[in-house]
Amino acid sequence: MAAVSRPAPAPAAPAAPAARGRAPGRFEVERLRSDFPLLATTARGRPLVYLDNAATSQKPRQVLEATDRYYREQNANVHRGVYGLSELATELYEGVRAKAARFLHARESREIVLVRGATDGINLVAASWGRANLKPGDEVLVSAMEHHSNIVPWQLVCEERGARLRVIPMDRTGALLLDEAEQLITERTGIVAIVHVSNSLGTINDITKLIQCARARGVPVLVDGAQAAPHLPIDVQALDCDFYVVSAHKMFGPTGVGLLYAKAALLEAMPPYQGGGDMIRSVTFEKTTFAPIPAKFEAGTPNIAGVVGFGAALDYVAALPWDQIAAHEADLLAYANATLAAIPGVTLIGTAPRKASVVSFVLDGVHAHDVGTIVDQEGICIRTGHHCTQPVMDFFGIPATARASFAFYNTREEVDALAAAVHQVRKLFS
Amino acid sequence: MTQDLRSLYDDMIVDHNRNPRNFKVVDPATATVEGDNPLCGDKISLTLRREGEVIVDIGFVTPMGRGCAISKASASLMTAAVKGKTVDEAERLFQAFHSMIISDVSAPVDVKALGKLVALAGVRQFPSRTKCASLAWHTLHAALTGTAAEPVTTE
Repeated sequence: MAAVSRPAPAPAAPAAPAARGRAPGRFEVERLRSDFPLLATTARGRPLVYLDNAATSQKPRQVLEATDRYYREQNANVHRGVYGLSELATELYEGVRAKAARFLHARESREIVLVRGATDGINLVAASWGRANLKPGDEVLVSAMEHHSNIVPWQLVCEERGARLRVIPMDRTGALLLDEAEQLITERTGIVAIVHVSNSLGTINDITKLIQCARARGVPVLVDGAQAAPHLPIDVQALDCDFYVVSAHKMFGPTGVGLLYAKAALLEAMPPYQGGGDMIRSVTFEKTTFAPIPAKFEAGTPNIAGVVGFGAALDYVAALPWDQIAAHEADLLAYANATLAAIPGVTLIGTAPRKASVVSFVLDGVHAHDVGTIVDQEGICIRTGHHCTQPVMDFFGIPATARASFAFYNTREEVDALAAAVHQVRKLFS
Repeated sequence: MTQDLRSLYDDMIVDHNRNPRNFKVVDPATATVEGDNPLCGDKISLTLRREGEVIVDIGFVTPMGRGCAISKASASLMTAAVKGKTVDEAERLFQAFHSMIISDVSAPVDVKALGKLVALAGVRQFPSRTKCASLAWHTLHAALTGTAAEPVTTE
């Protein structure tokens, strides 16, 4: 993975990670781990080994404290009250939108819609943009490695609009066949919806090239960035994508919060997704006019505490030593690949040249769920199953995989613990 | 290895996983039902032949090997238990088995009614795996009651 840089921390960042300000060059994983209370707990009587970060990440105390402080000291509804407390809550909420815009390198804050998560963001685009723009005979182009959340919303709108889904194929390593992708983008293509980093294979897709190709033909592109956000720098202007979605909970923030980035002109033209309070300019029984973006897409009282917690996560992430983390995660990936592949009967699934720190594997003669149950007895949390990517499992002709997905706070010792537990699985089934 | 794990993967489970009994397609069959645990991708295809009220033959296969050790062993033990039984007897076994796997860990197990099926009592310690153990039984229930226009699921 290339060296990465993150946006500078916001000036008012309340609490920086523990390692900040330490001597550069040496990655102090233990100091960072101490920010995450759950990592210090035990499971099944052993130190917890949490290797399911692609499902959700753990939360640093800075996030927990921000959420707690919000409810204790800052809670009021946003955008409504003329009293000080409501103004404070509004300021906090809108402040996170500004931080999110910086995180994604958006042009302006109003290009950020605060949603429930990446899934919610994709559904918003499919329902609002899709219904307004897809015509019978149009095609929605996705890839062979999409999460169900970037398949099903498009199937729903395709069915409604008489459009159809096309699929960019991949090779046996789990790398997309981008040359074929270019041929699949035609005058019939309504939109390209593509995952940045695969949750089940770890593949980092070369979306820059794909976006350029689609943009050159006037086709808008949505990028599912749920797995990219905790690992890679994201610059939506450099990418020139039209939509980008992120989940807070996969990048050390709370559940139930996410971002939809969309180019302002697209958001302006899109019809509302849900109706309710906060998204209107004026309502009569005869006619409603809508609020300007992004409020037009944020009906009802939002998850304010979650958004405030996400703000703390964005500050936390912005202050992390990202060059060191990129090297550390690359090391974990290489070490886990080598250690697990050395176990007789283990086959790695997903061996593309560019990968995030996600290792999927199968064990000869043993179903992934049995692997998951047995390693859990050692206090090790991994994900087993289809990872909401059933077409990927079908492609490889397997029912399920076991998946270890690493965050910057994981260690080589934790990889060793997993490998030892997988050896136990083999012994049990031998 | 922990005691809980030993109770889940006891020797009989490991043996039935490795050498499943009645691992076949019954032909001709009077009922064919697909069972599916969408949560984890476990799938079984159950075929049986009834003569009157008696299940004279029964078999299962796991398409593409889509079965964990628990679901496969449970299906294997089930086919061995209900072969030659009447529909009523099989349904009573289903009820007894179902009661066992959803019961509290400390609850007594009806060894007399369940016979070898008690090998699966260990699944009670692993709530996320009870559906693996019950998949074959839900599929059998659908095959016997003729309620399976669609594939059976545990969800």
